[in-house]
Amino acid sequence: MTFGYILSIATFASIYAILILGLNILTGYTKQVSLGHAAFFAIGAYTQALLITKAGLTFWSALPLTILLSMIIGVVMGLPSLRVSDDFLVLTTIGLNFIVMGITEYFDFFGGAMGIIGITMPTIGGKSIGTTGYFLITLSFLLLTICICYLFSKTWGRLAMEATGEDEDAAQSLGINTSIYKMYAFALSSTFTGLAGVLWAHSIGSVFPRNFSFEMSVLFLSMLVFGGLGTIRGAVFGAFVLYILPEFFRFIENYRMLVYGGMLAMIVILQPNGILGRGGLLDRCILRLVKKKAETQEIS
Amino acid sequence: MLLNVQDVEIAYNRIKVLWGVTLCVGEGEIVSLLGANGAGKSTLLKGIMGIAPLHRGSISFLEKDVSKKRPWEKAKMGVAYIPEGGRVFPDLTVEENLMLIASLHKEAFDVKENLDLVYSLFPVLKERLQQKAGTLSGGERQMLAIGRALMSKPKLLLIDEVSMGLMPKLVSEVFNTLSLLKEYGISILLTEQNVPEALAISDRGYVLENGRITISGNSEELLGNEMVKTSFLGL
Repeated sequence: MTFGYILSIATFASIYAILILGLNILTGYTKQVSLGHAAFFAIGAYTQALLITKAGLTFWSALPLTILLSMIIGVVMGLPSLRVSDDFLVLTTIGLNFIVMGITEYFDFFGGAMGIIGITMPTIGGKSIGTTGYFLITLSFLLLTICICYLFSKTWGRLAMEATGEDEDAAQSLGINTSIYKMYAFALSSTFTGLAGVLWAHSIGSVFPRNFSFEMSVLFLSMLVFGGLGTIRGAVFGAFVLYILPEFFRFIENYRMLVYGGMLAMIVILQPNGILGRGGLLDRCILRLVKKKAETQEIS
Repeated sequence: MLLNVQDVEIAYNRIKVLWGVTLCVGEGEIVSLLGANGAGKSTLLKGIMGIAPLHRGSISFLEKDVSKKRPWEKAKMGVAYIPEGGRVFPDLTVEENLMLIASLHKEAFDVKENLDLVYSLFPVLKERLQQKAGTLSGGERQMLAIGRALMSKPKLLLIDEVSMGLMPKLVSEVFNTLSLLKEYGISILLTEQNVPEALAISDRGYVLENGRITISGNSEELLGNEMVKTSFLGL
């Protein structure tokens, strides 16, 4: 196992962690289950790819435009959520995933099935930064995302989103404009997911429609549910564990969907709050350890 | 008149639930809405709040037409709604449940004054501030639901089946508290199956049968009404 290999795994795990943090705002806080988040991921990646290869922008000049567009498209794609709820929203998001995949596959503008290649690595001062530099950039974006999510979780906005998710009628009759908060959630969620798409596109150097399939959406939801819905630590943990484990156990590669699907079902039944979520298996272990440590310190 | 409901009809998927209901609530009044299960009491409250859309008819609040207003707009105008079972947010703490609205619309409410009122009515909530609302007992949850509604200092409180699932001792307690709210200038429209308790604190009442109002009058008249006696009081 080379240093380069570990570096690439760490880079991708960080990218997925950013994406899952985005999904967490939508599905963890407002309980709007999205089984089409690969669509938002694709929009970030494709926008960046087009801006780089066709418009000739650089990583840094294209980034703000892509983020802005991701946010706008996120809000537009979130509009159906005001009309449909629960199971129908899940179906709608699955539909969005297939629409975005279809558009990228059938229009030559988006490269069709051949995708878009030649997305160069970002440069700083005219010099290419290499894989180590790129990992550091990705890691800084992850830390930034965690900071923003943490600060946001301390606001009343998060509580309004959770109230909307827990009981929409009750939230409305208390004066919460639930439509607005759902839109906020879609905007924030698609922004982070779009950012993940940007980082992913540069890291791979090319984008193909099949990279953003429905399978990926299932993987994303599995990561979040595995780690713990509604928690930042759970989102990051789920993304890292579920991305890294299959890398080390290559033999399960062909049965990936089976493993993820089975695990999703098991988690929902046995650990509904996720492994590291509130009251989850690991969460309780850690709490117990911390308690024990505090006790032994008291005695000594 | 504080609230005027005029000829309201509400339907779920083409099945009409309310047929031309007209009622009013005056300032400082407590009004009961009585009727059997399925008569349309809850639907009427939802219609007034704006959660169930009106098919026909109009609703005015403080002389303003609010028929087309969304629930959160009405909440800001001073209508509060306590759904059946309270429906507090189980994953939020008691404090978060109470503070949520006040914090989102800081300019509109005097947070401290409202909080003091809630604590004086329900001292038990003060001891449970950091507890998740989902871990409260049924009675405490109902108190939290009322407290949460009071945080917006409403002029009109719509309450759906407040006594549902409470033990008899608590039912009297909750009704006592509701009658106290009158002194704070809060009018109440409540639906209730527990007719004697409801009429004891109400000024007036309406009887709803199969989506139509069949009897109305002040509480003494209703208690003396033959039909009310046989259907609701078991006399």
